[in-house]
Amino acid sequence: MNSTHRPPHRQWRFLVLVAAGGAIGSAARAAIALAFPDTVFPAATLTVNLLGAFGLGVLLEALSRFGDDRGRRRVLRLAGGTGFFGGFTTYSTFALETARLVDSSLGIAVGYALMTVVIGVVATVLGVVAGAGIHRRRSQNGGTA
Amino acid sequence: MTPLVFVSLALCGGLGAALRFWLDGAITARLRKPFPYATAVINVSGSFALGLLMGAAAGALVSESVALIVGTGFLGGYTTFSTASVETVRLTQQGRWLAGLINGIGMLVLAVAAAALGWALMSLL
Repeated sequence: MNSTHRPPHRQWRFLVLVAAGGAIGSAARAAIALAFPDTVFPAATLTVNLLGAFGLGVLLEALSRFGDDRGRRRVLRLAGGTGFFGGFTTYSTFALETARLVDSSLGIAVGYALMTVVIGVVATVLGVVAGAGIHRRRSQNGGTA
Repeated sequence: MTPLVFVSLALCGGLGAALRFWLDGAITARLRKPFPYATAVINVSGSFALGLLMGAAAGALVSESVALIVGTGFLGGYTTFSTASVETVRLTQQGRWLAGLINGIGMLVLAVAAAALGWALMSLL
């Protein structure tokens, strides 16, 4: 089978793109974690997850409005979306922090978990709106130029 | 964190992201279901693994560097919050509110339980 007929997840060049984006995203997440002081409340994880939920919403919505998932758009989606934002955000740390918080304060644990998921959805919706706005502005500029 | 640990963490984060991409594609291709099971499988399995790892680190069974490289790096890159959030929003955009709620809250409950279980198993040692 010719490599171009394989699904993206079985093509080396796409796996490498995702890995490159994921490495940069993970490094950025670790850097933010280092910059935050250690407190009871896991503010660093909350910050990266909300920023990433917004960013992925912007990227995927703008890309899907600009056209089909191929060529440069697919490269951007895989390196920036699946790779960078996927690696920048984390579910495992979020889940373990919540589980550990249950032992000290059930209220803070439930508050942290629900805040992350609910504000995460709001952040994604805002991202989708922003992504649609970017597409609208670009198309208007392109149309009048 | 030493520069070597930081670079290793980043590289392992890339490996984790690539494994997530591959597994997501493999699961989605086999299941062909209109529900994003793959991300749930990835996030719950990664949360369990992080529970085991950090439980082991708390018991001084693994070093802090290994915890950072494998936990923050590999498992952090493997699991993802942003995709889970986007998939929840997409389900609700399709009017599938219950599926969206299950994806958002169900994954949260399962992942937290998996992380707690991993941690508890390691503290038995």
